[in-house]
Amino acid sequence: MKEYNPKEIRFIVNGKRVTVKAHPLTRLLDVLREDLKLTGVKEGCGEGECGACSVLLNGRLVNSCIIPVGSVDGMEVETIEGYRKSKKYSVIEDSFAEESAVQCGFCTPGFVMAAEALLSKNPAPTEAEIREGISGNLCRCTGYDPIVKGIKRASEKGKGLW
Amino acid sequence: MVEAGRAVKMYRPGTFREAVEIRAEYNTIPLAGGTDLMVKYRKPAGVLPFFTRPVEFIGHLNELKYTEKGIEVLRIGAGVNLSEILKNPDIPGSLKEAASQIAAPGIRNMATIGGNICNASPAGDMLPALYCLDASLLLAGKNGLREVLLSDFITGPGKNSLRGDELLKEIYFPLRHYDKIYYRKVGTRMANSLSRLSFTGLVKWNGKIISDIRIALGAVAPVVVRSREIEKEIIGRSSAEVSGITDEILLSYKKLLHPINDQRASAVYREQTALKILKEFLEHRIRL
Ligand SMILES: Cc1cc2nc3c(=O)[nH]c(=O)nc-3n(C[C@H](O)[C@H](O)[C@H](O)COP(=O)(O)OP(=O)(O)OC[C@H]3O[C@@H](n4cnc5c(N)ncnc54)[C@H](O)[C@@H]3O)c2cc1C
Ligand code: FES
Ligand code: FES
Repeated sequence: MKEYNPKEIRFIVNGKRVTVKAHPLTRLLDVLREDLKLTGVKEGCGEGECGACSVLLNGRLVNSCIIPVGSVDGMEVETIEGYRKSKKYSVIEDSFAEESAVQCGFCTPGFVMAAEALLSKNPAPTEAEIREGISGNLCRCTGYDPIVKGIKRASEKGKGLW
Repeated sequence: MVEAGRAVKMYRPGTFREAVEIRAEYNTIPLAGGTDLMVKYRKPAGVLPFFTRPVEFIGHLNELKYTEKGIEVLRIGAGVNLSEILKNPDIPGSLKEAASQIAAPGIRNMATIGGNICNASPAGDMLPALYCLDASLLLAGKNGLREVLLSDFITGPGKNSLRGDELLKEIYFPLRHYDKIYYRKVGTRMANSLSRLSFTGLVKWNGKIISDIRIALGAVAPVVVRSREIEKEIIGRSSAEVSGITDEILLSYKKLLHPINDQRASAVYREQTALKILKEFLEHRIRL
């Protein structure tokens, strides 16, 4: 059987085709940050618990710190750098600002991706649903309530967008 | 650039058949969602995870992502992830309850049911519900398929009887209706915490008589605790009768619990909490 020893791994990041040279077990997080310089994707815990490394994989929320890049061969990844060009992002950005949902900001890209994943499935979530949607994300500064309110506000302001 | 840690050989089969051949030939570590493996073999940032044997990706194989509802049996492909389990109307509530309290959405989007089973962790949260459903597994190896009861497959903490040439293909169980489902998970934090213990109870009533009951406890012994003998003692009784023998039932279960001390909870805590949840179930939760 042929070894999977790709000279290059190809996938799509923020709408663009990319090819990277990396061992297939390299963490997607490292490829995004180091090879593609997408440093909006953060490393907090490195073991799936904090959500700072959240990205969308074929539209679904995942933790890029525990995904080997070989697993995403041929798939589509969206990071905060791609998402921030959208109208939806600006609604979330404004709503987070209005609710003071950002302090140091380290967790914010992850929360924004989690918010997008939630709203795309459920455009008018209840508070409980919002808390469930961001349950994989940790924030050391805000105490979460402002983030929950920020997402609620985004869902109202962005009515019809999601 | 990521520093070369240990660059093991890699495989990415195109079909499940090929996946089994690769496993048989190279004794690979199959990687489905990777949510257990990537944490287990993790190294510091920028260093390759340290896998000890060749790795084959299987998470992309659509052939393992099916559910098939027959008249009497439900079949779930090993590659179905926990988010898909939550969405699927054919999947029984008891399995959904368990899946809903595992990790958080981002992990559930990757984590597979097959990975949870093969990992065979005493804290594996799909296991008690699957034990209650009398789940069996379909394993594919170089000489064809083999069927095994889940409770026989898991042999100890982190240990299973998967042979070197085999992959888990499917989980299946008889479809039955239960009137009551009681699920409890005790962890440190709502999301992303492994169980200190978990409990699944299923009850079926025939009028005022319990016609079927299933009880399974996770993380209180090296493997899931389920006792058909004790269940038989309960079946055929009314709720008043069960109340009369609750203490005896608790004592019988107590003998089966062999919890460990670890960083998540002490053995004493695990035992006492397990018995309290069991008591709550028997006294208040089994009734319609
Ligand atoms: C932050 C975090 C929180 C978590 N919380 C929980 C929790 O609350 N409860 C819980 O039970 N688990 C939890 N887990 C553990 C994990 O997510 C689950 O066990 C998951 O279901 C594993 O599936 P996977 O596909 O990711 O497995 P993988 O990591 O891909 O594989 C796990 C094991 O199974 C083997 N394997 C996988 N598929 C097959 C197959 N088809 N045939 C043969 N062998 C196979 C692998 O070789 C490996 O040994 C958590 C993990 C993280 C990172
Ligand atoms: S860095 Fe990935 S979840 Fe914490
Ligand atoms: S704003 Fe600082 S960690 Fe969330």
